[in-house]
Amino acid sequence: MATLPNVYSLVYQFGDNFAYLVLAALGLAVIFGMMGVINLAHGEFIMCGAYVTIIAAKRGVPLPLAMLLGAIAAALAGVIVERLVIRHLYDRLFDSVVATWAISLIVQQTMLLVAGPSIEGIGTPFGSFSLGDYSFSTYRAVLPLIALAILFGLYLLFFKTNYGVCARATIQNANIAQCLGLRTDRLYTLTFALGAGLAGLTGALYAPTMTAVPTMGSNFIVQAFVSVVVGGANVIAGTTPAAGVLAIIQTGLTASYGQLFGQIGLLVTVIVVIRLMPQGLGNLFTRLR
Amino acid sequence: MKQTKMPSMSACPRALQTVPWLIALCLPLVVDANTSGNLAYCLLWAFSAVGLAAMWGYGGILSFGQTAFFGLSGYSYGIFTLNYNDTWFESWLGLGAGLAVSVAVATLIGYMIFYGRIKGVFIGIVTLSVTLVLETFMSQTAGPQWAIGEARLNGYNGMGGMSPLTIPWPGGPLTLENASFYYLVLILLIAVYAVMRKLLDGPFGLTLIAIRENPQRAEMLGVDIRRHQLLVFVLGCTLGGVSGALYTIWGAYITPSTMGLTAAAMPVIWVATSGRKSIGGTILGTALLVWLSQNLAVYGSQYALILLGAILLIVVLAAPEGLLPFVTRQLKRLSSRTSDGTRHGGACLKREEGKS
Repeated sequence: MATLPNVYSLVYQFGDNFAYLVLAALGLAVIFGMMGVINLAHGEFIMCGAYVTIIAAKRGVPLPLAMLLGAIAAALAGVIVERLVIRHLYDRLFDSVVATWAISLIVQQTMLLVAGPSIEGIGTPFGSFSLGDYSFSTYRAVLPLIALAILFGLYLLFFKTNYGVCARATIQNANIAQCLGLRTDRLYTLTFALGAGLAGLTGALYAPTMTAVPTMGSNFIVQAFVSVVVGGANVIAGTTPAAGVLAIIQTGLTASYGQLFGQIGLLVTVIVVIRLMPQGLGNLFTRLR
Repeated sequence: MKQTKMPSMSACPRALQTVPWLIALCLPLVVDANTSGNLAYCLLWAFSAVGLAAMWGYGGILSFGQTAFFGLSGYSYGIFTLNYNDTWFESWLGLGAGLAVSVAVATLIGYMIFYGRIKGVFIGIVTLSVTLVLETFMSQTAGPQWAIGEARLNGYNGMGGMSPLTIPWPGGPLTLENASFYYLVLILLIAVYAVMRKLLDGPFGLTLIAIRENPQRAEMLGVDIRRHQLLVFVLGCTLGGVSGALYTIWGAYITPSTMGLTAAAMPVIWVATSGRKSIGGTILGTALLVWLSQNLAVYGSQYALILLGAILLIVVLAAPEGLLPFVTRQLKRLSSRTSDGTRHGGACLKREEGKS
């Protein structure tokens, strides 16, 4: 029976694409959904997480701890960026987007100068397992589960904690939230740090599987944008189904026509979705509810 | 709106506006052929910037996709001229082909965006996705199966060897290069400047400003906002295509990285720095910034990009209306401290910044 390995191979690829889309988009989606800011320095936060993870792991820090360090470093960088730049631009949405692009450019090029074109990576942990004629990387098979766990964690954070309630109140109506005594500026800082930290975590999780180069963030950026556009402003109810649908399309097209058509399929989906559902899939789901 | 435009109009009398053009016209007479080729390079990016200034400054549409049309048009020129390069006429037809592709693709994407009622920063993400996917697509066309007629696309290394523009001349066709190419770019730029000023200072531009300031009010007044936004989008993107075709002609070379993330930031930087509400200022600012980064690139392209990023950050934080308008406003404030009118004009400008 060769069907089981074939079916699993498709499931594995779907899971891989799904994890990549979700993880690439989460940090961007949190900042966009909560604050309306498109963070074009998203890729640089991912890079930051990956670099810190690799450097820490090489110094002998256990890998999970190194990944946590990567996420924390990116979150701290997020706090700095928010305090120094984004904070002054909340009432000027376009300018905040352009400013994050400037930050992205400065950080990326400075890293090229300081750290050189690439640093030596760390190997993928856990080895691989084989099923039928195929061999699969255990680490990449686990990643979709980690992505789901992170989504569930975010759900708990936004719906079960005090921070989540305050943050959602601030999105709905910042002025009234402020009148009720919420420190909205602090919430914005925390939210930006959360988004940056999630981006850093993505970088940390993918650090063992790819070469670390200062421009590595741009590998994630298209997927992140595509998921956020298709998903809309709703972080959990938008990003998850969007990544699911896009991963099905990408896996199907890649399996039948190759990598390139997978990418083009994503773009065509985006353009069709914005024409039919300008608010994104998330809106569809919340409206049905 | 009239009120806010008054101060800048009175500060720059018509006669003063023609001075940079006259200097530009005389430049090739005093510098050598190589330098005028370089000057043409500095000027040819201005079309893309003017297109973005019209979209962003007047229409309130922040597109990150100028480079997509830059690349599309450049590649179209290359593909066309590598296949047909027998007569002078065909090189101009190649330029036309580049622009036609830009118009067609811009119309398609613009239709999806504006008739899908996409707004604000989402337009930026969609256009940026388009240009990044195009870059990915062109980068993987290395194999011999990726050829259109005679033209190999050559993947990441880019396409080269296309023929330049030529014009018929007694005693054999004349190739436009260095000084003559500079004059071609300059004449095109003057034409674009004149047309854009006429268009944007006229009813079309005023309608765009009305849409930018308050789309609902404009719609209630009977303006078809989607059609106007689509028109300015196609116009702006096509100007990006003009830059792309001219760039390809200038260097006989185009690569996918002209559509990458870093390249896509450039038009935004130029326009934001020069002041997006002035077409003339945008042309001047873009030429200066390109010249600056070209000179800095001698020490390594990273330094130029870091400097441009830093300029953009400073401009956004300290002088949101752009560096040139900021400087002129400060100078004016210094020169006429006592005059009340200037301060009033400044206040108006300030109020306007908050919204965009």
